[in-house]
Amino acid sequence: MITLSRRNLLVAGALTTGGLWLGYAPAEAATTGGLNPWVRIAPDGIVTILAHNPEIGQGIKTSIPMLVAEELDVDWTQVRIEQAIADSKIYGRQVAGGSMATTLQYDALRRVGAGARAMLVAAAAQQWSVPAADLTTASGSVRHAASGRTASYGSLVALAATLPAPAAESLVLKDPKTFKLVGKPIAGVDNRAIVTGKPLFGIDTVLPGMKFAVFHKCPVFGGTVAKADLNAAKSLSGVRDAFIVPGTGGIEGLVAGVAIVADSFWAANRAREALAVEWTPGSGATQSSPGFAAEAAARAKSPAQKVITNEGDSAAALKAAAKTVKADYAYPFLAHAPLEPMNCTARVTGNKVEIWAPTQNPENGRQLVAKSLGIPETDITVHMMRCGGGFGRRLQNEYMAEAAWIARAAGVPVKLVWTREDDMTQGNLRPGGFHHFEAGLDAAGKVTAWTDHFVSYGADGEFVRAAGIDATQFPARFIPNFRLDASLLPLKVPTGFLRAPANNAFGFVMQGFIDELAEAANADPLAFRQALLGDARLVGEAGKRDSYDAGRMRAVLDKAAAMARWGRKLSPRSGLGIAFHFSHLGYFANVIEANVDKDGGVRVAKVWVAGDVGRQIVNPSGALNQVQGSVLDAIGAALGLAITIKDGAIVQQNFGEYPIMRMADAPPVEVAFITSDNNPTGLGEPAYPSVAPALAGAIFAATGIRLRQLPFEAAQLKA
Amino acid sequence: MTRLNINGKTINVTADPEMPLLWVLRDVVGMTGTKFGCGAALCGACTVHLDGAPVRSCQTPLSAVGTAAVTTIEGLSASPIGRKLQDAWVTLDVPQCGYCQAGQLMSAAALLKETPKPTDADIDAAMNGNLCRCATYIRIRAAIKQAAGVTA
Repeated sequence: MITLSRRNLLVAGALTTGGLWLGYAPAEAATTGGLNPWVRIAPDGIVTILAHNPEIGQGIKTSIPMLVAEELDVDWTQVRIEQAIADSKIYGRQVAGGSMATTLQYDALRRVGAGARAMLVAAAAQQWSVPAADLTTASGSVRHAASGRTASYGSLVALAATLPAPAAESLVLKDPKTFKLVGKPIAGVDNRAIVTGKPLFGIDTVLPGMKFAVFHKCPVFGGTVAKADLNAAKSLSGVRDAFIVPGTGGIEGLVAGVAIVADSFWAANRAREALAVEWTPGSGATQSSPGFAAEAAARAKSPAQKVITNEGDSAAALKAAAKTVKADYAYPFLAHAPLEPMNCTARVTGNKVEIWAPTQNPENGRQLVAKSLGIPETDITVHMMRCGGGFGRRLQNEYMAEAAWIARAAGVPVKLVWTREDDMTQGNLRPGGFHHFEAGLDAAGKVTAWTDHFVSYGADGEFVRAAGIDATQFPARFIPNFRLDASLLPLKVPTGFLRAPANNAFGFVMQGFIDELAEAANADPLAFRQALLGDARLVGEAGKRDSYDAGRMRAVLDKAAAMARWGRKLSPRSGLGIAFHFSHLGYFANVIEANVDKDGGVRVAKVWVAGDVGRQIVNPSGALNQVQGSVLDAIGAALGLAITIKDGAIVQQNFGEYPIMRMADAPPVEVAFITSDNNPTGLGEPAYPSVAPALAGAIFAATGIRLRQLPFEAAQLKA
Repeated sequence: MTRLNINGKTINVTADPEMPLLWVLRDVVGMTGTKFGCGAALCGACTVHLDGAPVRSCQTPLSAVGTAAVTTIEGLSASPIGRKLQDAWVTLDVPQCGYCQAGQLMSAAALLKETPKPTDADIDAAMNGNLCRCATYIRIRAAIKQAAGVTA
């Protein structure tokens, strides 16, 4: 990570082609010779802005350059976007994860634009011998109103490039009220290339002399190759090589398998059928999803292994309660299933490795390649390619280590492509989990006690990746006697971050159980939630990531309810559900209208969403797309997605068994943003978690059946 | 050697007759616009036209192509319908990741060729074989309507 002080040091200079470049001083100048051209302005006025983050469909390749262009004061038509390579020493954090890019980089990127603008203004002031304060800018030109003179940026770059870069802290950023670009809907910069089929994605990479590879791994995670006869596969036409990759041990990273290298992906993949491989399955070969469920139920009856938070005296409060409610909730493992399967192209030249990868976390990939191949990180170049979906899957980069290993062993550049079945069965899963709730209400229907024994996965008191829960997860801090405990089951399946990690499940269980408490209190689900949130106030410490603004949540909750006309009468077997959730610094609430047919089929009629991600929506077009996508993604998962484990391996193989939502099932999604006076924050994730509980609430309203397990089963809902 | 007619051009390829057209296009001819998503005709990312009809190229062996005119996403701009759809996709900012959109566009173009003024039901029926993992379905539907000149 670049430290803040380095981040504040702007540097600039002349391009060899005669233009001006400007950027932040790299943390280690040696890596780039000091050159960090975050923005370049050519003598013809064309502005090139580097997109430094991985693009996975979240629109960052468009929205971050918009910030630079806004402060530079150029028209979007003058702007060209270039994808930066992976180099955290220059660019700082280059991760598509945690919805953090907008949060962390909003002002820093604006200063890149403002810095270049200040240099161009200084150049014009010098040229015309007038005070810089008398000059204004617009559409890529500097203007001196008093004399009526104007100069295009292109005509000023040569002089500007001789001037010192301004101090970042001295720059005055625009008043957002004067924004011309930020806050306007801007179409994705790659749209034209996408609709004309131009090479763009990782899987489109083609290198001279490149061969195609598949990597055949043990279905049981952590399995190794006991014996393999590769001769039949090698003898097939188009096959160039086949060999065993020993792997570096464990259930993730570079694991053991058989690589096949061929003239086409198809030839390589066909040769897998001719492989005779005997596996030594990993130690997880006895694990299964029903086994986990049985173990979790047994654990719930024993004292928990660890306390996450314990406020007040929940045991006493439960005893004293006028009414108590108990319920068990569960959710399955999920796969990310981005439509572009994992793939990577690698070339080894001498001791240098060059990688082209669709990745959400290129530095993590570089580290894994270095570790797996036993080479220094400095010998590895990573080109970030547009990702055909991420959803968190490409934060782990084992496919990069595989491609690098195979390319080195085969002695040719290779493009490794996973089949859909590889992708589905060799993922890092959203961990499943089990929550055992008990809550107490007083005579007035107020929640006085809440306990949750959360059974999840992990060992030695540590949760597996993406399974952990925070002590501040709502409704913690909103109920006087609150206890959250956890017990951990050992797991031999790799887990990972899926869109709105952990929250994607916690939103369902917490809000689902809140609905049950509303029912027990004879209260309307909206009114009950309003009472639970209480007065507008900040809960927690201001400025902390887990501080919770009850007022902001109340505002989006009321907005969503108003949009949906909450409380209106619906036809039989139709209902409205409502829920809210805070994650990734974003406040979201939604209402869902659903109807349930006689066979238990659920049809979502409409979704109304209100969100608050701060005072500025950078790109309203991308923002709407993200929220609608998140909502539909969550509905699709709630209505049909689960990964199950049998004998240590994943059962589902392709989209037949893992039915991603299709068009006919996509309801309209109406979205409103409340622009509160808070810093802008990310939008790829926080709209997701409140969807499944609102749908469960709508189904309950329609049928009287309470769903406590994801995904929802039609069989439970028959009339 | 097999003679193919791809986007109006004759292209000679040397490939196993069993090789699916998808891989002939991507790995032999070097046209990577047509996408691999599932290899089982479940996602529609690999949709191309054979004589104007949409097919899943991952399930179409080279031997089955014969003299049929193959149209891929790279050739979609050659037709007025194709251009209208592409423009609608760009201006309505349909894509998120964009990976499925080549297949979506090819299915949409085949729909509008047969049914120039589709209803919602026509659109759902024609497009239901095309998965969008980012779930851009709302905008896909709107873009088809815009290209077709029917009210949203």
